[in-house]
Amino acid sequence: MSKPPPAEDVAAFRERFSEAVTEVREALGEVSCSVDPAYIVEVCGFLRDDPRFQFNLLSDLCGVDLGIDQEPRFEVVYNLNSLTKLHRLRLKVQLPGDEPTIPTVTTVWKTANWHERETFDMFGIIFEGHPDLRRILMPEEFQWHPLRKDYPVRGYDDF
Amino acid sequence: MGIENKIVNSLPEVLTTRLDWVVNWARKSSIWPATFGLACCAIEMMAITAPRHDVARFGAETFRASPRQADLMIVAGRVSKKMGPVLRRIYDQMPEPKWVIAMGVCASVGGIFDNYAILQGVDKIVPVDVYVPGCPPRPEGLIYSIMKLQQKIQTESIRNRPDSPIVLDEPALVGKEA
Repeated sequence: MSKPPPAEDVAAFRERFSEAVTEVREALGEVSCSVDPAYIVEVCGFLRDDPRFQFNLLSDLCGVDLGIDQEPRFEVVYNLNSLTKLHRLRLKVQLPGDEPTIPTVTTVWKTANWHERETFDMFGIIFEGHPDLRRILMPEEFQWHPLRKDYPVRGYDDF
Repeated sequence: MGIENKIVNSLPEVLTTRLDWVVNWARKSSIWPATFGLACCAIEMMAITAPRHDVARFGAETFRASPRQADLMIVAGRVSKKMGPVLRRIYDQMPEPKWVIAMGVCASVGGIFDNYAILQGVDKIVPVDVYVPGCPPRPEGLIYSIMKLQQKIQTESIRNRPDSPIVLDEPALVGKEA
């Protein structure tokens, strides 16, 4: 059973990235950290390499559309897993509705490649520095991002 | 009356019949389906070849992975719009004569997937001969659709198949289309 890292380690992590980690929430035995998008690569690299955390697996990376009238509108969620420590941690990054852009974490975990392509395909979130940011699920000629709240469920007639 | 009576009387080992009937009988008795499993319906499609249901009783057990060797496409599952051109290409690669069964509500009309990603019925891209309702249809349902298709094949003519692309090449129809 995976647990969150010990509370003192999370506190030390928050101390070290005091300007990057804006909020730490614990609910239902899970810890979620809100992170400033500018620091995401640095924070992820630290969590992977630090011996207290060893988050060697990016379980999932996905997007959230919080609503067209929300600002910040988009969220990118990183679910980290440590196979050596059996720990889990969730990072959340909020992005503006207009041209949401965030640095890629493919340099930290290679598995982020396809996850970021899917998040780009579904939400139109741009991952800067991604080696191959193409659509992965929808056809290449598709023009929209279907999981955005303003996209109709049935799509448009011309597709 | 006529020549067949003379033949029957003088050559009792000879049978006479219509060419259409013989050709259709041969075609319907040896349908080779192409495997086109796209979703959960494919599990039921596989079940018809297994011993309990045994579609070999109806001569349609030889599933082929190559469309070049198949004459029936069982579209088993929902067709995404990205899969649409692929499905059409595989259909075009099948030699004539060929038939299509839309298995289940998804392949027939889109089913529960009334959304941007799923084709609302495979008949938008290929001509369908038999629609099988169900989600998924039971193997008996699919076997029944094959029997229905066999009845349909028996009524066809080798000169003019209704769904054949050859018909579309006739000048009158092409002119209407343009």
